[in-house]
Amino acid sequence: MIEFQNVTKIYPNQNRAALENVDMTINKGEFVFLVGPSGSGKSSFLRLILREERPNEGQILVAGNDLARLTNWKVPALRRKIGCVFQDFRLLPNKTVEQNVAFALEVIGKPRRFIKRVVPEVLDLVGLEGKHDRLPDALSGGEQQRVAMARAFVNRPMILLADEPTGNIDPATSIGIMKVLDRINRTGTTVVMATHDAAIVDSMRKRVIELEYGKVVRDQNRGVYGQAY
Amino acid sequence: MRSNFVFQEIWVGLRRNLTMTVALIVVVAISLSLLGTGLLFVKQVDSTRTYWQSKVEISVYLCYADSANPNCHGAVTQTQTTNLEQRLKAMPQVQNVAYVTQAQAWALYKQAFSNDTSYVSTLKETDMPPSLEIKLNNPSADYNIVASAVTGAQGVDSVIDEMNILDKFYRLLDGLRNAVVIVALILVVAAVLLVANTIRLSAFNRRRETGIMRLVGASNFYIQLPFLLEGVIAGLLGWLLSTVLLIGVKSLLLNNLQQYFNYNVGLSTGDLVEVILLAMIIGVALCGLTSFLTLRRYLRV
Repeated sequence: MIEFQNVTKIYPNQNRAALENVDMTINKGEFVFLVGPSGSGKSSFLRLILREERPNEGQILVAGNDLARLTNWKVPALRRKIGCVFQDFRLLPNKTVEQNVAFALEVIGKPRRFIKRVVPEVLDLVGLEGKHDRLPDALSGGEQQRVAMARAFVNRPMILLADEPTGNIDPATSIGIMKVLDRINRTGTTVVMATHDAAIVDSMRKRVIELEYGKVVRDQNRGVYGQAY
Repeated sequence: MRSNFVFQEIWVGLRRNLTMTVALIVVVAISLSLLGTGLLFVKQVDSTRTYWQSKVEISVYLCYADSANPNCHGAVTQTQTTNLEQRLKAMPQVQNVAYVTQAQAWALYKQAFSNDTSYVSTLKETDMPPSLEIKLNNPSADYNIVASAVTGAQGVDSVIDEMNILDKFYRLLDGLRNAVVIVALILVVAAVLLVANTIRLSAFNRRRETGIMRLVGASNFYIQLPFLLEGVIAGLLGWLLSTVLLIGVKSLLLNNLQQYFNYNVGLSTGDLVEVILLAMIIGVALCGLTSFLTLRRYLRV
């Protein structure tokens, strides 16, 4: 599903590589934790998958697309196969929960009848029953993140990228968020989650990829957050 | 394409920076109407020029008994007149030559100043030069050839260049038109900068929305269209305002000018419509293109 072949990314005017010679494969339906200290390259990794950045060297394959050969014109089609969740939720404050999720479908030109049908479904899936007409400000952090997940998942993407989705949320609420991500993963969606949250990684026992200074230092199935000494 | 979604976005965009939008509309309106006025002026000058050129004649004043010109040695003789007339008629550029006697010239003069007897009383028939009035086939092109052919010939007192008199008038009109067009162009530049700024502000105001649109895979077209149309709609509103101003310019200014000159060379409604349509194309193209170029800088993939 996602394949990095000797990928190196150096941002302009920086002498250290954000990612160096990263070589790994994430298969369809996998749940992967991306761990490592700040500045280790986790976000660069996700941005490369989205083709917000392009690598200096190496090849990236996402959902069957060679990103180096993908024309600008086709980038939107790639991004429709990828859902995204962020630490800061990125909801539109002047739209209701339902409108926020519907927005993602409206802007890719889906018919209104389709939107009316799938939006409530996905809101129920993430556990927001009865809160469809609230504005984001009237929701807790956990609930806002659920809206963001609903928006990321509503178009049934093949891949879900989560950049520290529990970073702004207390541990108890985080468990709920993880349950939703797990549920999404069980539908066959590949989930890649960058995180600092050791407790979550330890409890889920999924594949863990650890980055340090832009290099993969550990790739472990059913891993934990800290080094397995 | 969800058209009502796009229009909703445009409406939100226009409303969010209302002051910029109003400024933009006013500047577009004024620059387009000045540009249109310039174009109307060009048309007006062209039509008067054509009108006058068809009327223009060369007057060759012949010597008469009291001529002050040292070239004249007494009145022009009959043979000199016939020679001149034949020479002129032989020229291919000349359409017609008419001989005006002193008596006819005097009659014309009296008629021209019939309301002012002081002009008539100070002169008498013998002060009027006889003349040859030459009609040309193509006045603007052939003027100098014919005029120089007879200048200084025997029996010729002076050649009056009606074209020269008109040229001064046209230079004035041309200058006026150039001034209008220059001011219009400066305003057009201001309008372009304002469009760019408005769109930039608009893009900044909606960076959350556009960010999400990019992430969920909306096409560039879909992301940019509301902004593009925002510029175009502001341009259209400005154009609409300029149309009102242009109709005012035509009916108040140019029509009055025509009354003052007392000849029928007014601009038709067709001319006005042409200028208004041209203004629309310029306005829309300007706003659309500027928006497009601005968006390329501020809404990258």
